[in-house]
Amino acid sequence: MARAVTAKRKLTFTVIGWLIGLTLFFPILWTILTSFKTEGEAVATPPSFLFFNWTLENYFEVQSRSDYFRHAMNSVVISFGSTLLGLIVAIPAAWSMAFSPSKRTKDILMWMLSTKMLPPVGVLVPIYLMFRDSGLLDTRTGLVGVLMLMNLPIIVWMLYTYFKEIPNDILEAARMDGASLGREILYVLAPMAVPGIASTLLLNIILAWNEAFWTLNLTASSAAPLSAFIASYSSPEGLFWAKLSAASTLAIAPILVMGWFSQKQLVRGLTFGAVK
Amino acid sequence: MGAITLEHVTKAFENITVIHHVDLEITDGEFVVFVGPSGCGKSTLLRLIAGLEDTTTGRIWIDGADVTRTPPAKRGLAMVFQSYALYPHMSVYNNIAFPLKMAGEDRGAIKQKVEAAAAILNLTSFLERRPAQLSGGQRQRVAIGRAIVRQPKAFLFDEPLSNLDAALRTNMRIEISELHQSLATTMIYVTHDQIEAMTMADKIVVLNAGRIEQVGSPLELYRKPANIFVAGFIGSPKMNLLEGAPAETRGAKTIGVRPEHILLSKESGEWSGVVGVAEHLGSDTFLHVQVDGIGSITARASGELGLAHGDQVWLTPPPERLYRFGEHGEAI
Repeated sequence: MARAVTAKRKLTFTVIGWLIGLTLFFPILWTILTSFKTEGEAVATPPSFLFFNWTLENYFEVQSRSDYFRHAMNSVVISFGSTLLGLIVAIPAAWSMAFSPSKRTKDILMWMLSTKMLPPVGVLVPIYLMFRDSGLLDTRTGLVGVLMLMNLPIIVWMLYTYFKEIPNDILEAARMDGASLGREILYVLAPMAVPGIASTLLLNIILAWNEAFWTLNLTASSAAPLSAFIASYSSPEGLFWAKLSAASTLAIAPILVMGWFSQKQLVRGLTFGAVK
Repeated sequence: MGAITLEHVTKAFENITVIHHVDLEITDGEFVVFVGPSGCGKSTLLRLIAGLEDTTTGRIWIDGADVTRTPPAKRGLAMVFQSYALYPHMSVYNNIAFPLKMAGEDRGAIKQKVEAAAAILNLTSFLERRPAQLSGGQRQRVAIGRAIVRQPKAFLFDEPLSNLDAALRTNMRIEISELHQSLATTMIYVTHDQIEAMTMADKIVVLNAGRIEQVGSPLELYRKPANIFVAGFIGSPKMNLLEGAPAETRGAKTIGVRPEHILLSKESGEWSGVVGVAEHLGSDTFLHVQVDGIGSITARASGELGLAHGDQVWLTPPPERLYRFGEHGEAI
């Protein structure tokens, strides 16, 4: 009897789980499907789900109208560059906060996080003017810098959380075993923190890849990443749904593939400490 | 060599002083146990010797060299932690080999030394395993292996047996004592368990609230406690400490008598009381007796005693086994 109830509950939860999953995935699926329709079919009522004339025309058009690979390369440089630079700054910061905390460490962490509470638009004008005056507008360097600074609080917080999970005893044992600070980091801390560093890296690449506010406002053409590439299809002449969908599909494809292959690492990273 | 000297060592965390002007001499090859209740500063004192904490004032000498500001890696000491602190991402072999690699020894020498240490500690068949695949006792042995492999000047043990079950603890206690005898290296061992202290130590250092209460051999501390604290801490069951009339008649503020020294009789004696709880251990019987006008007294009798809850019993403290303490708890 108990077994029957459990099986029934299991089935209900499975169905609910699938429904929620499909609902969340539906907009992405719909974008992908629309990208293979003609503009007419894309706006047809009622919309056709699978039975339409499949075409690659939108992809050709998008590529001929705007250079996908240039935008994609900008996205790669900006997202990877800002994340790596962020890690270089954040690892020593998180390290000292986790293993050599001071009286004010908690306050510093809160202060760093509080910068994320400010709406970005609140600092748009000063940052725009600084970028203009220093010649950083529409440059990859400028965007790498600004996105690094925007994501730095999250990187520091994530790394701090992972480092806090590493028992201090183990680092002290390495010190007693004759390891210098450099060797302690290289042979003991780094191998133990690799999962945490990797998931921080992945999450921040995704955040930087999808970032639209700063990339749209501080670029025009030469440093424009994929977010600007998508935005260029919602033009004043009207919306071209099929082309917009093709552009969106092309923009999200690389990060979707990366996310798919690293999902195990991401889930482990995001639930670190919660399920031990 | 492993002679360690502490000279006026003080340690304060912010405004709280946890170690107060400690002076201590540890001679080469000695097995010294730091014992005391939780929070008495025994682990802090060990960490100061290790170099994992900096002294606030005072100096630490190892083999005549001032190491007060020397980092832990350069003091030539090895430490076994309560949590074992094994490197989880390394095999048992690599855990034991780690200090040798850090010392820059060549691969052949490392292999030979690791295998020798593994043989001593019965770890040969576990060398390829990770720490997570070992039992508590095996992990503790790996931690000891990592310590002995580099032949340190002294071993520091920070409550190494407190995570093990009772049976394993007894075995490991014997193993560590045997290791000390075969290596003849200085060992400093921190514990709150006075049985470990009594059975293992050449010299016990009793600590209380960051101060050394007494230093001496286990039997010295048992026979001649310097004050009430040591008298109450060393010995199991605890010494009975009595104030009031029985102490005053003997010219003291407090008198103490160990449970095993009290003479028991069903007919006559100095104090009469009623048995509250009788704990029968087979070899011994612990009686918790409620004595009129004095309070609860614990007495230990050898073997089985025909006494149970509610029975009347007479207790007599033998004068030659009586401890007297003055106004400030000092032995008189």
